[in-house]
Amino acid sequence: MSTALVTDLTIFVLALLVGIEVIGKVPATLHTPLMSAANSIHGIVLAGALLIGVTAHTFVGYVLAFVAAFFAAANVVGGYVVTGRMLKMFRRKAVPPPADAVGANGQGTPAPAPRKDGATS
Amino acid sequence: MNSFTTNIQLVYILAAACFVIGLHLMNSPATARRGNQVSTAGMVIAVLATLILLIHEGSVTGVGWTVLIVGTLLGSAAGLYSARTVQMTAMPQLVSMFNAVGGGAAALVAIYGYMQDESAPGGVLGTTTVFTGLDVIIGSVTFTGSLIAAGKLQGIITGQPVIFKGARALNIALAVIIVGTAAFLLTTASLPALLILVLASLAFGVLMVLPIGGADMPVVISLLNAFTGTAVAMAGFVITNWALIVAGALVGASGGILTKLMADAMNRSLANIMVGGFGTGDNALPVAAAGDAQIRSIAADDAAIQLAYASKVIIVPGYGLAAAQAQHGVAELAQVLESHGIEVSYAIHPVAGRMPGHMNVLLAEANVPYPLLKEMEEINPEFARADVALVIGANDVTNPAARRAGTAISGMPILDVDQAKSIIVVKRSMASGYAGIDNELYVNPKTSMYFADAKKAVAELTSAVKTLVG
Repeated sequence: MSTALVTDLTIFVLALLVGIEVIGKVPATLHTPLMSAANSIHGIVLAGALLIGVTAHTFVGYVLAFVAAFFAAANVVGGYVVTGRMLKMFRRKAVPPPADAVGANGQGTPAPAPRKDGATS
Repeated sequence: MNSFTTNIQLVYILAAACFVIGLHLMNSPATARRGNQVSTAGMVIAVLATLILLIHEGSVTGVGWTVLIVGTLLGSAAGLYSARTVQMTAMPQLVSMFNAVGGGAAALVAIYGYMQDESAPGGVLGTTTVFTGLDVIIGSVTFTGSLIAAGKLQGIITGQPVIFKGARALNIALAVIIVGTAAFLLTTASLPALLILVLASLAFGVLMVLPIGGADMPVVISLLNAFTGTAVAMAGFVITNWALIVAGALVGASGGILTKLMADAMNRSLANIMVGGFGTGDNALPVAAAGDAQIRSIAADDAAIQLAYASKVIIVPGYGLAAAQAQHGVAELAQVLESHGIEVSYAIHPVAGRMPGHMNVLLAEANVPYPLLKEMEEINPEFARADVALVIGANDVTNPAARRAGTAISGMPILDVDQAKSIIVVKRSMASGYAGIDNELYVNPKTSMYFADAKKAVAELTSAVKTLVG
């Protein structure tokens, strides 16, 4: 067994343990975004697809490289975007309906602006 | 390893650190978005480093660049489109599709690497073949398995377990072919043998998921997620890339933990789930057999009175709620109650949706603040203090029969809904849940059944509560 392989195995085992430690603390509320985030992380296979795909020089090679790049890119881009989309929905407080928002912010951000304008002009 | 590639490996370690920190920040909804951004940054760094390495080596042909760039761009567009347009109810399908393409890409990396090495003088190195074999097997099984799972979730393939005569024999035959071919590859470099390995693994993936029922999908998705991670880590061993190894290990750990949590939440072993057959629901008993004399049926007005004069209400949502698209209505009802000083929280069973944590996402989308979403262990002691438990679209996870031995769900952790002072169950009919048994909660003297479609029921309840409390 070569030293390079031993190094690789060491990294694998340690990463596995770190993963168990870190992910065990994620609350159930976030399990769907967690899985989706994990999904985007395994999109790193795109780097692998690029590294291996560049050696292609036959038709079959090009086809395999193309499919691998397509799959991996869909995985990584889609994963990150959909995780972000989900996490954006998790709020500490309910967002009030638009009508209430206007009423509540009567003395908030929209109102002072014109007043300031009026003062300066 | 020359100094340039060493530097690139260091960049990969940086990217891997970003993934770990990103996952760490997901331990709270407040920091989770930042976590996703950190993780994204790590990914951008890793991909850029890879591109720089390729340009530095200068070995890529014009056609090669074109193929890779077009493939990446088209894939990105497909991923972006599906991520932007997907309904939150369809999230399990999308995650399944991402598992499929991730596993598929990992398998392709190994297959392609093997083709290169096989044609090279000296053939394939011994230890690399071990990882190539594992990558090809796990990646291919994940690819077809995830496609079948997505098809089942989408309703393209029946959610019922598909079991046919001789399936087990076929599975064993495929397993023998896979193990035999893999062993052969360790001693002899042979591209046809690798192809056989790929095909057998693809077939095995299909047969593995087909017999698994719809109720077990949270486990299956988690398991396939763990598979994908492992396949990516194996691809990392094949091409000696630390970023792939670390990322794959992290995902493998995440999928493994979630698989265990989901299986525990149903009190079923993984082996039992994989054999399949559960979740048919076709052995449901007719309504009459349940001792229907004890069932108390109420209308919206009576239910609204109970809610309006409660001081603490716990809502118990199940997948039926999401299937009826009633999550927005429930959030509105909860807001009306809260505006009259009634304490409202949500009791979420781990398998309330079609994937881990699914129900939380659906309610978050409906503008329910996350501090109100309570996990099972957290909410169970609170039921005794609740005036009303409002069960909408949940069934088996509320069945007190789980506490006794000898039923289909014995030992399954359940929500202690029956501890509440009164219980309102919104349900279309007396049909049983996935486990195919009657729910003893429905014949509890404290329980009132409100027979209606979830969406309609919630709307009627909301307006009735509004008229009551003005």
